[in-house]
Amino acid sequence: MTAKLIQGYEVVIGFETHAQLSTQSKIFSRAPTAFGAEPNTQACAVDLALPGTLPVMNRGAVERAIEFGLAVNAAIAPKSIFARKNYFYPDLPKGYQISQYEIPVVQGGVVEFYLETGKGADAARERKSVRLVRAHLEEDAGKSLHEDFVGQSGIDLNRAGTPLLEIVTEPDMRSSDEAVAYAKELHKIVTWIGICDGNMQEGSFRCDANVSVRKPGGPLGTRREIKNLNSFKFMQQAIDYEIRWQIEEIEDGRAIQQATVLFDPDTGETRAMRTKEDAADYRYFPDPDLPPLVVPPEWVERVRSEMAELPRVMAARFVKDYGLPEYDATTLTQSKAMAAYFEAAAKASGQPKLASNWIMGELSRRLNLEDRDISTCPVTPDQLAWAIGRIVDGTINSNAAKKVLDTLWAGQASMVANLTMPMVQVTAGAAAHKTVDDLIDSLGLKQMNDAGALEKIVDDVIAANPDNVAQFRAGKDKAFNALVGQAMKASKGKANPAQVNELLKKKLG
Amino acid sequence: MALHDLTVAELAARLASKEVSAVEAAKHFLARAKVHESLGAYLATDEDVTLSQARAADERIASGDKAALLGVPMAHKDIFVTRDFPSTAGSKMLEGYRSPFDATVVGKLAAAGVVTLGKLNCDEFAMGSSNENSAFHPVKNPWDTSRIPGGSSGGSAVAVAARLAPATTGTDTGGSIRQPASFCGITGIKPTYGRASRYGMIAFASSLDQAGPMARTAEDCALLLSAMCGPDPDRDSTSLDVPAEDFTASLGASIEGLRIGVPTEFFGEGLSRDVRSAIDAALAEYVKLGAKLVEVSLPRTELAIPVYYIIAPAEASSNLSRFDGVKFGHRAKQYGDLLDMYKKTRAEGFGDEVKRRIMIGTYVLSHGYYDAYYLQAQKIRRMIADDFQQAFRQCDVIAGPVAPTVAWKLGEHGNDPLADYLADIFTLPGSLAGLPGMSIPCGFGAGRMPVGLQLLGNYFAEGRLLNAAHRFQQATDFHLRKPEGY
Amino acid sequence: MALTPQDIARIANLARLELNPSESERMLTQINGFFDIVEKMRAVDTSGVEPLSHPVAAIQDVALRLREDVASEPDNREANQRSAPAVERGLFLVPKVIE
Repeated sequence: MTAKLIQGYEVVIGFETHAQLSTQSKIFSRAPTAFGAEPNTQACAVDLALPGTLPVMNRGAVERAIEFGLAVNAAIAPKSIFARKNYFYPDLPKGYQISQYEIPVVQGGVVEFYLETGKGADAARERKSVRLVRAHLEEDAGKSLHEDFVGQSGIDLNRAGTPLLEIVTEPDMRSSDEAVAYAKELHKIVTWIGICDGNMQEGSFRCDANVSVRKPGGPLGTRREIKNLNSFKFMQQAIDYEIRWQIEEIEDGRAIQQATVLFDPDTGETRAMRTKEDAADYRYFPDPDLPPLVVPPEWVERVRSEMAELPRVMAARFVKDYGLPEYDATTLTQSKAMAAYFEAAAKASGQPKLASNWIMGELSRRLNLEDRDISTCPVTPDQLAWAIGRIVDGTINSNAAKKVLDTLWAGQASMVANLTMPMVQVTAGAAAHKTVDDLIDSLGLKQMNDAGALEKIVDDVIAANPDNVAQFRAGKDKAFNALVGQAMKASKGKANPAQVNELLKKKLG
Repeated sequence: MALHDLTVAELAARLASKEVSAVEAAKHFLARAKVHESLGAYLATDEDVTLSQARAADERIASGDKAALLGVPMAHKDIFVTRDFPSTAGSKMLEGYRSPFDATVVGKLAAAGVVTLGKLNCDEFAMGSSNENSAFHPVKNPWDTSRIPGGSSGGSAVAVAARLAPATTGTDTGGSIRQPASFCGITGIKPTYGRASRYGMIAFASSLDQAGPMARTAEDCALLLSAMCGPDPDRDSTSLDVPAEDFTASLGASIEGLRIGVPTEFFGEGLSRDVRSAIDAALAEYVKLGAKLVEVSLPRTELAIPVYYIIAPAEASSNLSRFDGVKFGHRAKQYGDLLDMYKKTRAEGFGDEVKRRIMIGTYVLSHGYYDAYYLQAQKIRRMIADDFQQAFRQCDVIAGPVAPTVAWKLGEHGNDPLADYLADIFTLPGSLAGLPGMSIPCGFGAGRMPVGLQLLGNYFAEGRLLNAAHRFQQATDFHLRKPEGY
Repeated sequence: MALTPQDIARIANLARLELNPSESERMLTQINGFFDIVEKMRAVDTSGVEPLSHPVAAIQDVALRLREDVASEPDNREANQRSAPAVERGLFLVPKVIE
């Protein structure tokens, strides 16, 4: 299925993402990489390009590049070269950036993900595949601070030398939705395998989008590059605006000039940066201070054998071993923490589909509301599993289970504050089960299974709602649900809905 | 014998036996440096710092420390950064610059007990063959003060020749140790590329720069080179994992049967007759000592000039981009915006030759020219290195002149920078191949100026070179001569 | 390959060097003289020859040394900024950078 055209134009998007690698020290020096230090306290002589300094390569950066390459099924170059990219800028201490040009360490690769399209009845999920050209190692530049100084900028070189992996795609994307979905998947991959902390506010994961438009079947249009998109929301807005802007320009008879643009979140617009006429002439040449990087096959194999199961592979396993639909499997493997939570709950309850439903539904809803990660979820997998078990064995119904969760959620927060022993002991195993059962008892949530009492309630409801009964007999299903609702209300939520359904159907014929 | 006529080996022995103290030795040379200030060899001295180092050395000697160079005073070419003295690279761009760290080579010599006398003048950023490109003042050849001492390690060579230091450090990128050693009648050696750490050497051409000692004898050079060389894996990625070696161990070995390759291309028309005589005589001396002369060919000798003058400026143009007025060094006083600040700062901070090489380097790396110039030059470079390997199949060391003439007059090449480039023809090939090379005094030429014999060895063959040089110095006395009045 | 005054201006800009008119003219002559020497290098047949980046690679493989990922450089800001032209609150000051 091809993407929708916009005013008759096809959109072509390619991404360059800079992921800061999670090493302790910089790529070419031993200064620390921690975020947020006082200016220039983490910029050593090498980072400041003091006369006589030289680069020495960080093994951890290379290892992370290998991990990434394996995660996207790319080729790891046995030999790759570092090159100097020469340009002048105050945050670039040497007047050149050490990067990789002709021969990068990671070559090729592919990122696969689902793209959700349409809404409601038209909702669909399309499997997408974005090819990578390459991923290479390079050093980050420092930062310029403009606000505090009149007519001047303050340069902080703490960030200079932080290792980056620059990940470049082919121009395979055809819509802003697809581009954002790609970016999210890439973000998931680099955080899942642990090579990048993914903190976009701190600049750990920055995307540049190359956007152009063309008439279908026509030659590629001139692209403009939107730089430094560090939130998915802004990414979408920026690309959408840029597309509309380019189309408008073309329709008005103006050619698109190649440019680098910045997105202004306040105005929602993209704006060309001051043109740097010689920006294109970086005079790349192999860095004579760094011999070729050799990655022997043994190293690659060791990394491969030590790598955690990747999200796609794990999702496929969930489908196979737990009989989950693909959608569930993909959603549950959005992070290692969520996948681990699911597996624990699924195994403990023996009810993978129910576990999946509760995690994707109720738990995720609450987590999103409070903007927290599943690793801080107040309900533990064992507790969830036990609650699910109590639904399955008829002790409680779903509504009751929700109430249990509510209490656990709120209660746990205060419990944690007063805890003297580790949460694990209190919240796993038999202790977890007891917690849930205690709550069921103390909240009076046990489901009413007594057939007699139930029948009386149903009779009362039928008698008290003649209009609904008539409407149902006239063919309106909604009226039936209303009767069920009444019965549930009368039982204070404790009736077994399935039994209520059965009884009503029997009595109404 | 005057203190300043002792070799490093002799001085080290007297210091160890406490016949003379490190403080005495330091004071002696500092006084001489002052007396002969007009030669322009020194850029910076600091008596307090030097004497405090000397006192510390005397304490070490008193405590029984037996480090090889304890108390020996030396001065460093101002390409090496030092914490205790300013480091300028001979440039206004770095006038007054204080490095927070010492160059590795400086640190190694200090660990061996060396006392720093000061920093020595050089061509700006090591770019030059006459030391006339220093931003501060030129250096004069003590053999004839109307002549250049050679470059870029002119100050280092003069300090040794005029006995203003028993030994000095220099750097050699295209011949900058060998050529001034030759012009000043002293001994100097550049080791195999990668054998001495480049950390703390203000970079000119990264794939060519190497540190080396300059002294009066091969024995001294062997002593000093042993202390200077060694892997620096923590700081210099181009430093090789070749263990430190005691180069004095094989100094006295016999050179009977030593095959000396004589490259045809080094003895063409461009070689002046007076230099040729001195070289021929030196080769005859070697034959007397039992060596055999073998004719070899280095067919791409002439190509070394364009190849070097493409690669070195290219690397330099990039290495010098860090001088932008932002983090250290000179910044223009008057400027408009950022772009203006950059342009004025660099225009003011760099001299003409440096600007020229930055322009050439920028051009040969620029879009559309990289393949035809830089890449092509690096390929021919490999062919030149292969030529040497071919030659070394037939010989053990290669010998020939260091330069086509003796030292020329100050200002003689003034309007023609190319003349300097062309005079590098014999030292450039060895530099491009990264081979170890020496210059030893072997006679005198026109104007009674010194002539040096160049010895080139295969990779890692410094010991053999020093041995060949030492045996020559045992049989001759050119290395003992000194200019009148010093 | 003769350079033109436009080339000189372009390169000087790339290299962030300000040259006054007489300097530019002199530079043009000198560099063109230099490139006369360089021309014969261009004609050499180098097909099949690999460039030589590290000299010792002529006889043996030279590979990049890797160091362990340890942050061992302490904060040395004061010493490092000793020779800085303009510093305030630990930041290097430059004329305002316009994006």
